[in-house]
Amino acid sequence: MSKLLEIKDLYFSFDTFQGEVEAIRGINFEVNKGEVVALVGESGSGKSVTSQAIIGLNPMPPGRYKQGSINFDNKDLTSISEKEFQKIRGAEVSMIFQDPMTSLNPTMKIGTQITESLIKHQGMSKSEAKQRAIEMLGLVGIPNPDKLIYSYPHQFSGGMRQRVMIAIALACNPKLLIADEPTTALDVTIQAQIIELMKGLQDKLHTSIILITHDLGVVANIAQRVVIMYAGKIVEQGTLNEIFYESRHPYTWGLLESVPRLDSKEHGRLASIPGTPPQLIDPPKGCPFAERCEFAMKACIEEFPEETTLSSSHKVSCWLEDPAAPTVERPVQSGGHV
Amino acid sequence: MGAKTLLDIRNLSKEFKVSGGRTLKAVNDVSFSISEGETFGLVGESGCGKSTTGRTILQLYNATEGEIYFNGENIIKMNKKQKYALHSDMQMIFQDPYASLNPRLTVTEIISEGMDALGMYKGDKSGKYDRVLELLNKVGLKKNHANRYPHEFSGGQRQRIGIARALAVKPKFIIADEPISALDVSIQAQVVNLFQDLQEEENLTYLFIAHDLSMVKHISDRIGVMYLGKLVEVSESVELYDNPLHPYTQALLSAIPIPDPKVEHSRERIVLQGDVPSPMNPPSGCHFRTRCAHAKKECESMIPQLKEVEKGHFVACHLY
Repeated sequence: MSKLLEIKDLYFSFDTFQGEVEAIRGINFEVNKGEVVALVGESGSGKSVTSQAIIGLNPMPPGRYKQGSINFDNKDLTSISEKEFQKIRGAEVSMIFQDPMTSLNPTMKIGTQITESLIKHQGMSKSEAKQRAIEMLGLVGIPNPDKLIYSYPHQFSGGMRQRVMIAIALACNPKLLIADEPTTALDVTIQAQIIELMKGLQDKLHTSIILITHDLGVVANIAQRVVIMYAGKIVEQGTLNEIFYESRHPYTWGLLESVPRLDSKEHGRLASIPGTPPQLIDPPKGCPFAERCEFAMKACIEEFPEETTLSSSHKVSCWLEDPAAPTVERPVQSGGHV
Repeated sequence: MGAKTLLDIRNLSKEFKVSGGRTLKAVNDVSFSISEGETFGLVGESGCGKSTTGRTILQLYNATEGEIYFNGENIIKMNKKQKYALHSDMQMIFQDPYASLNPRLTVTEIISEGMDALGMYKGDKSGKYDRVLELLNKVGLKKNHANRYPHEFSGGQRQRIGIARALAVKPKFIIADEPISALDVSIQAQVVNLFQDLQEEENLTYLFIAHDLSMVKHISDRIGVMYLGKLVEVSESVELYDNPLHPYTQALLSAIPIPDPKVEHSRERIVLQGDVPSPMNPPSGCHFRTRCAHAKKECESMIPQLKEVEKGHFVACHLY
């Protein structure tokens, strides 16, 4: 598989009145062509800042790159001008947002919102673009697309609006789609529909997807690789199986443990991670998870661990991987692992 | 269960008047009961009436029809004063920890508001303050948090303040309306554990309203599933997940992604077609029939009643 996107040693900060907020602190990951990569983490872990850096939506200033590069299709997205970015945004990289209620323009007809980017990026005529819009709406499962292109967003339900968002995002056949919590605002039965739709479209169009979510169930369903972020750093990344069955980072364990399993019989206590994530205005020097980690050692507080490569895809940053560290077993799943 | 029934809801309906002289039946002929010390989970998608049910029980809305018995007394028939006093027995925890705390009050003021309103610790300022500290300790906050303001806390901590406020008046019964859905996953587990600990310590009864079925299953003894204002299935929680009877419950359960790739990739999923119909104009007969794979002719004309199909397992469906 060839690389579509490669993020190398990226640092990104926001300058605020209180000081510098180090939102991303040295991350490395890549997305291959046709791959679905899930970016998992809690609020404030830097997952949205990462994705918005790829599509150039972080406000700058106050945001600024400190170091590193984002290579997308032989271009470094950290150094190109806004004008160049406009050619990429919507055409080669596009994004679906969390809230379908607020991310569509309420004063524009659905059809116009889809044709907008087609006319701008692909130089289509109005009638060609309209044909393409109807085709796209049909593709995302909207009934009577030739009539509904004349409707306004408020006439649609949440699930339908998210379908429209997907149609807009995919209209120009982008190479990379960033989906920022695309189903969080939706009900479970509608979530299931949208996930099925995204999977189907991904099979058909081979678009690479970066899926940002905190729902590990959704990750298990759709992703091929998982990147776990915590306090602006990547603590572990690997294939779906490596993360779910062979994970090595205590934070990953905690995340997997703290969701109750639907298929478990037990009613006992959930394994929760004590405490809260650190403030990034003055991030800890060592491992940011150390103060919440039950296996924390002296080294964890003093220095951030180097990344250990476990396989070609599985990488973890944890002092437990150090040869001098004691061997620690992953706690048994409270829900009884199947 | 054998325990005494604390809350008994019979044929509860709540209608809202909407513009154009129309009415919206948010809760439609709902009956269930909750025993002392039990956790009853109410699940369903947005707009199904689960929050309205909770709020009507607490008398934040006046019921249109039906009866609500709390400790054997019909609270709908109570006068204003009696209803007011009832709030020392019944409290609510809200979904949004950012919107449900007054930003201009300190934590102490927030927690003591209920006690003041009900005339507890009248003239005993230090007694009241001690109680606030005791409550903070109980919900896992520190003494020095007492004089701070809500904006100084994280979402999880704010939800703890909301819980302390509810506990302040020593209620028997707490309605928790989506108490964890605004929190991060690792924090959700902390708050759910706190709910369970408090239940044991204080012998509380919960009505736990949520759309996250895996969390509801984890915390509840029994679960009621709502669809478009109707209660379609009620059962013990493990039984409901092992043996869902109503086609809607089956679809709802199969829609939840399981955080285990092997299970997730091998199971078959029932994906419901379409959206929930508008509650303004629900389908005739069974409200679910428009999305149901098993819909028959009688589903169109007859409203299915909730009936006991197996012991303790009620379902409202013409298939049974």
